[in-house]
Amino acid sequence: MGTAYTPGLKVSSGTTIQKQRRLPLKGEVLVKQGDKVTASTIVARTDIPGIIQTVKVAEILGLEPAEAIAALQVREGDQVTAGLLFAETKSFFGLIKTECKTPFSGTIELISPATGHVGVRQPSKPVEISAYINGTIAEVLPDEGVVVETYGALVQGIFGVGGERMGKLRVAVSSADEVLTSDHITDDHAGSVIVGGSGAAPDALRKASDIGAVGVVVGAIIDLDLVEYLGHDIGVAITGHEPINTTLILTEGFGSIAMAARTFKLLNTLEGRDVSINGATQIRAGVIRPEIIAPLADKPTAQDQADTGQRLDVGTSIRVIREPYFGRLGSVTKLPPELVEVESGAVVRILEARLQDGENVIVPRANVEIIEG
Amino acid sequence: MAEIRSILATDCGSTTTKAIFIEKQNGEYRLVVRGQAPTTVEAPFDDVTVGVVNAVREVEELAGRRILDDTNHIITPTRADGSGVDVYLSTSSAGGGLQMTVAGVVKAMSAESAERAALGAGAIIIDVIAVDDGRKDYEKVKRIRELRPDMILCSGGTDGGTVKHLVEMAEMLVSADPKPRLGIGLRLPVIYAGNKEAREPIKDILDDRVDLRIVDNLRPTLDRENLDPAREAIHELFLQHVMQQAPGYGKLSDWVSSGIMSTPNAVGKIIQTVAEQQNIDVLAADIGGATTDVFSVFGGIYNRTVSANLGMSYSICNVLAEAGVAGIKRWTPFDVDDAGLRNTLRNKMIRPTTVPQSLRDLRVEQAVSREALRLAFEHHKTLARSLKGVQTQRTIGELMDQKETGATLVNLMNLNMIVGSGGVLSHAPRRVEAAYMMLDAFQPEGVTMLAVDSIFMMPQLGVLSTIHPEAAAQVFQRDCLIKLGSVIAPTGKGKLGEPALCVTIDNETHTVTHGSLKLVPLGIGESRMATIKPFGKLDVGAGRGRELTATVEGGAVGLIIDCRGRPVYLPEDPKARIEMLLRWYAAFGLEAE
Repeated sequence: MGTAYTPGLKVSSGTTIQKQRRLPLKGEVLVKQGDKVTASTIVARTDIPGIIQTVKVAEILGLEPAEAIAALQVREGDQVTAGLLFAETKSFFGLIKTECKTPFSGTIELISPATGHVGVRQPSKPVEISAYINGTIAEVLPDEGVVVETYGALVQGIFGVGGERMGKLRVAVSSADEVLTSDHITDDHAGSVIVGGSGAAPDALRKASDIGAVGVVVGAIIDLDLVEYLGHDIGVAITGHEPINTTLILTEGFGSIAMAARTFKLLNTLEGRDVSINGATQIRAGVIRPEIIAPLADKPTAQDQADTGQRLDVGTSIRVIREPYFGRLGSVTKLPPELVEVESGAVVRILEARLQDGENVIVPRANVEIIEG
Repeated sequence: MAEIRSILATDCGSTTTKAIFIEKQNGEYRLVVRGQAPTTVEAPFDDVTVGVVNAVREVEELAGRRILDDTNHIITPTRADGSGVDVYLSTSSAGGGLQMTVAGVVKAMSAESAERAALGAGAIIIDVIAVDDGRKDYEKVKRIRELRPDMILCSGGTDGGTVKHLVEMAEMLVSADPKPRLGIGLRLPVIYAGNKEAREPIKDILDDRVDLRIVDNLRPTLDRENLDPAREAIHELFLQHVMQQAPGYGKLSDWVSSGIMSTPNAVGKIIQTVAEQQNIDVLAADIGGATTDVFSVFGGIYNRTVSANLGMSYSICNVLAEAGVAGIKRWTPFDVDDAGLRNTLRNKMIRPTTVPQSLRDLRVEQAVSREALRLAFEHHKTLARSLKGVQTQRTIGELMDQKETGATLVNLMNLNMIVGSGGVLSHAPRRVEAAYMMLDAFQPEGVTMLAVDSIFMMPQLGVLSTIHPEAAAQVFQRDCLIKLGSVIAPTGKGKLGEPALCVTIDNETHTVTHGSLKLVPLGIGESRMATIKPFGKLDVGAGRGRELTATVEGGAVGLIIDCRGRPVYLPEDPKARIEMLLRWYAAFGLEAE
């Protein structure tokens, strides 16, 4: 037995899922432990204080800071509206008048004798967070947020772009190796999460976005097509805040790779169900992978079917995820314990595998992914 | 204090916690064993000490020595029965390291000095704010608020100089009302290291809103930087705030014999110790998955930069974005399909733990590393520079040289040693590949030693150098550093194929032509006097066309004579370029694919 070192992404037809929902600042939690919530339920809210806008009174009036402060007609704590007179000066026997009015509304929070500036704090902005998934409040984090729990199907992708979205899952292709094209997408897909096969053609992504689909889930994408879809290149693997209408989730990677049969099969069983998706990806310490969550009504009494701690064994089905056998499927025939030198000269733990076309190969264990189905 | 005979040191990285055990044997300090385990700052463990204990457990097994007590605590000092260690030290970069915003009045002066102070203390700079940075006040306020740094360093004004801009800066901070990244509800640590005349007004504005520390001005006069007080304050706040918020660090702090140090800060310490002890100029680069750190000591001045988005996995696509497909392809000794290269690098980004199986794949990865290191070095050159704005008296000759204030301190001709670190260099299948990558990325001039950090123990040795420099230096020289060999490289131009350099060692003369390189066998620990005669106007350090006699040292690779030009000349035509690369690979005894 051995361990596959690569991501170990979860693909489960039924597991307990917890999601922490946290405010950026302390605030008010609106639900209590045990409450049933839907994905759109607001669970916590806070007010983000407005920023202070500076009115440079001294400069505007052409005065020294101390003179400007003396001429002020407002005080700290005053509520002001845009256009209100802050101070004025008169010269030439009152014939020439210079005025300083505030262009901002808010509260006067700062009057600086050193600079002659006045700081107006703009009104605070409310920030709310939703439950994101249908479920139950498992824990309240006082003043900060909640943990929402649900039982459901969970598919973790390898990479995604775009943030949290909710919609009905709709499988638009007939097989895991079929590329999603614009022909597969109709106006009926508005508001839904569209599942494709091995990839998505650029016109499919454009159409999905145009008709208002909330998400697209496919096996892979050609790198340059992603750049075209986003309108910019991605440098660092930290995503989720892209200003796009349609979240995109890849289950396998870049290039043209069929969606893993097991993933495709599971997504087919979720046809028509409400799902929550998030494309946010972060690949480093604190790994975040994109996800598709489909809450299910009843939790079975049997054990969760989550697939964690996948083990490599003779006979395990694998896919190679690096050259020279990138994307090819096979099964493990031998797991030698000793380190072996591969062609590049690297000395690594390897496995021997028989690929689907019958070729016997040696592959570093770090370069395979366990698959099923 | 009793003599220190046994030392345990750990480095808690983002993914792996590495432990080393050092012992004094026959009068000198040597690395005995090392152990490692996954870092455990995240769920389900949420406690860094779990990973530390696991790594130390491996050390215990390999060393056959009991270090942990029954409650899994590290035993210090050593007990009469021989269990435990005399000293336990640790560094950490887990949990995102130390993230800082720095602010100054003038971007090229006080803000840049603040940046140098923070980088030298091991921080990742997430924003540099200055009065003249071209952004509007509200944009800066928005940015400060969004970024949520671990702490902010404010500087500006020479002592006795401007107060107004500093007060404005403080008011801007009040306006932003920034919150720290870790510890919801806590006050953000802010260090003020500017004009001392502004201390009172700054205190009036900030004292009840942030956790304010006031230290000596980091740029008291235009021509002097005083970075140490600010760096010490950063280190202290790192321990008190950032470390205390990270899971398990409170416990780890109780275990260590000296404060936990941020990993890059510790690496900087060992580089400075080595430069000082040997009186040499040193450059070191650590290329990781996400970031590349560059450290240098030139003329006794220490600098560190971090290129936060240049790395070999997490940030590999940013190297692609910055260098371009053409930039990477120019180093591959075969033709590469553009779209295929892009997909390959994206797949490496999303599956960072995969390893190159084919030679071709390895060559592509090594081509990326050349560009990542080159870009990080370029970044370093721009920050490691003399103070801007200083008025200097110049001679006519200097005026002709067009030297400006703010010129880079990086002088490749004076550089004595380059140390490479990070997986792609330390674990290159063949040492000569590491030398070749460093040669292309840094393009040293004159005579320079190339070396790699064998198992990345520079952080642990850095923290050790603060309490026992002798032990740190001994282990660094004997167990950490793997010398690859000296490089002789002239600057100047010449015609391809014509003689560039004659190097005579032990009565044997090696003539190397323009556009080529040669590897001369010279083993580890062997050194020779070499007579280096440049042709034409080439310079190897003694002046144009002048002969140089220098000591060259061998290593795991040998003596390298590099006459490929500075910058290295590569033909535009792909076919000619590949032919040239193939010749260089052959010179190093390497297969191209």
